[in-house]
Amino acid sequence: MNWYDITFYVFAILTVVSAVGVVFSRNIVYAAFSLLFAFFGVAALYVLLSADFLAITQILLYVGGILVLIVFGVMLTTRAQKVEVKRGILSVVPAVLIAGIIAGTLVGVLTTTKWPAANLSPYEETARPIGALLMTNFVLPFELASILLLVALIGAVIIARREKARRA
Amino acid sequence: MAVHIGLTQFLVVSAILFSLGLYGVITRKNAIMVLMGIELILNAANINFVAFTRYGAMNISGQVVAVFVIILAAAEAAVLLAIVLNIFQQLNTVNVDEVDNLKN
Repeated sequence: MNWYDITFYVFAILTVVSAVGVVFSRNIVYAAFSLLFAFFGVAALYVLLSADFLAITQILLYVGGILVLIVFGVMLTTRAQKVEVKRGILSVVPAVLIAGIIAGTLVGVLTTTKWPAANLSPYEETARPIGALLMTNFVLPFELASILLLVALIGAVIIARREKARRA
Repeated sequence: MAVHIGLTQFLVVSAILFSLGLYGVITRKNAIMVLMGIELILNAANINFVAFTRYGAMNISGQVVAVFVIILAAAEAAVLLAIVLNIFQQLNTVNVDEVDNLKN
């Protein structure tokens, strides 16, 4: 049990516990904060997997972007005067069945499979090879992603700004 | 715990995260909570990509795909929140089971 293992277990447990908090929390604000720690835990797992660029991207985009968007959504859709904690829960039994069956199958398959032993490369920076790949092998998806972001930007603005007066 | 950390442990964490996200997507009423479940699922997929990049004998392409997944997640979150805001303005609710105008 070396430091790598200990670090892995700490961050894996942090991630899983935070995800449990996201899914089972009654209060939507607590769920959003649990999501913050889940994202941080996943970023730490990226670091352990020698993906430094992705870890930074994860923190910048998920924590700095998506989580702020989610908190804004919570703020704008929860009425301020009657702070109703949306505790609605649908169809627990089929959900437990489906999620449990899938989790059991996945974990069973993953733990019984004999993965080929990997010769681990030493840690090295990944920003340069990722950038090189984006400009060579992945240049078409890269451009498509930029178009998608533009479309999503304009579409989100148009959808969100539709005036109230326009409804019948 | 003499087991050394390898590919399996990362994949198990990812599988647990995926199942939790799936459970959240199915059970939650609030559309924003459903979005949080989707984000958990996408994160689980990303852990798989990065883990196979490290432990599989291949180059760094998996991490590039993970970058694209993050981009898609951001775009999807923006559009979904715009839709949710619009639904909230029109119907005064964000619960996915009460938005059933097309049913009848």
